[in-house]
Amino acid sequence: MLKVLKSGFYTTLQDAGRFGYRDKGVPISGVMDINVVKKANDLLENDVMASVLEITMTGPTLEFETDTYIVLAGAKMSATLNNEPISNYKTYKINAGDILSYGRLTKGFRGYLAIKDGFNVKGVLGSQSQFYPITSSGCLRDKDEIPYIERNTFASKISELKVDCLLEEIVLEVTQGPEYGLLENNHLEALFFKEFSVAKEYSRMGYQFEKKINKHQISMLTSATMPGTVQLTPSGKLIVLMKDGQTTGGYPRILQLSDKAISILAQKKFGDSVSFKMV
Amino acid sequence: MKKYSISIRPFGVHAVLLEWPNEVDEAILEDILQFNAYLKADCLNTEDWEMVPAYNSLMLIQRNKRINFEPFKSQLGIWYGQKDNTLKSPKHLWRLPVCYDLDFGIDLEEVSELLGKSIPEVISMHTSYEFRVFGIGFLPGFMYLGGLPATLEVPRRSEPRQKVIKGSVGLAGKQTGIYPQESPGGWNIIGNCSVPIFDAQRDNPCFVNVGDKIQFYAISRAEYKLHKIEGEVGIYQFEKIKLDA
Repeated sequence: MLKVLKSGFYTTLQDAGRFGYRDKGVPISGVMDINVVKKANDLLENDVMASVLEITMTGPTLEFETDTYIVLAGAKMSATLNNEPISNYKTYKINAGDILSYGRLTKGFRGYLAIKDGFNVKGVLGSQSQFYPITSSGCLRDKDEIPYIERNTFASKISELKVDCLLEEIVLEVTQGPEYGLLENNHLEALFFKEFSVAKEYSRMGYQFEKKINKHQISMLTSATMPGTVQLTPSGKLIVLMKDGQTTGGYPRILQLSDKAISILAQKKFGDSVSFKMV
Repeated sequence: MKKYSISIRPFGVHAVLLEWPNEVDEAILEDILQFNAYLKADCLNTEDWEMVPAYNSLMLIQRNKRINFEPFKSQLGIWYGQKDNTLKSPKHLWRLPVCYDLDFGIDLEEVSELLGKSIPEVISMHTSYEFRVFGIGFLPGFMYLGGLPATLEVPRRSEPRQKVIKGSVGLAGKQTGIYPQESPGGWNIIGNCSVPIFDAQRDNPCFVNVGDKIQFYAISRAEYKLHKIEGEVGIYQFEKIKLDA
């Protein structure tokens, strides 16, 4: 078991997500920054989407009850193993009783803890990803225990990766959304010639920005949305839907972020700037 | 049934959006559902594809791979031409119990005043129509219902509530529906449906499909309590009637 001594600000169990239920209104969920999670799982020779902990802003304190191997990835969060600093994208052997804790967030917003073979939690609707009320809890709480399978040996082919992670990137590559063609020139100018600063309203469901663009009166019938869909509200507010975002919506879907752009945005927090670039 | 002129466009690299004429129309919805049923049965593997129908559109989402759009678009055009119009997508009418007690129907008095009808008249109207499910989304198990008569139209509340309880049945504009979970909401609440439309613990978490119909019927407080318990332990028997498409 992995014992959660302190849960941190918002720590969730995530995998590739819950595929196959969007026609019943169930968001896909899953890790926000797939780019870095794939690398962590590669190092551990796991399935690429073995379940991991997604650690947001302020990390947890965790005690491992049995031996295993771990890799950290994503945001830089001053992690320590038994009070010794450890780095991202490097395989560490864990011995029973080891304590992993986190310090100050220095770059990015979401860190990941990958473990050999992933966590061994029974999923709901085909996924371990936490999303309330599909799962009974939306995030980890103090004293939770997360099962994993003990591993005493693991001869990794590669023990460390130099990762070109995207924490510094601010350009989000996008393609046209279905209602893009209904925008006017003043919308397009505002969209592509400005930077947008992340507003206080940002979460696994979606990101909003401080700056509005022009109002509009485009009306449409409710239709499907996806992670990375950029909606434009009538008042000119942009909402980028993320992994826990709703599966349908009635606001014009003006842009669609690339997978890479979703990973980039997932590491942004209040006040960070991004810009859109049509590809 | 006639074939429509449909538009097929990429939506990112993992999805394609198919759109029918921009109308709320049962015949269009039926054509979409028939095509969806054909795609699922004969064309696309549902291990790798999700299909999300709503009103006049159908989104096809590929799990991981990038879609090679131009060939896929041509293939979809061919499949749409081949679609068997006699293929019926099976549909059901679900009869759902609603307790319209004022404890649940916290806006019922206000709605009755707005509509100039007595509370029993409002309940009688709300339970006398069959509503078509035009989409499921927004929240897990939230149904977009069509077919509300103009005589039951009331505006959305000017200030949304921070918390609307699970099962709340609401009216807003041309819409009526059930909040499948506690959430913020701006609809006028007229009752509460005692049974869970959505339950993540079931293999099929939401048995209602787009294209089905919903009809509400009024129950007493005592029946509500009974259904509630039956729903929680998973033994409530939902009333459904098979529809000819």
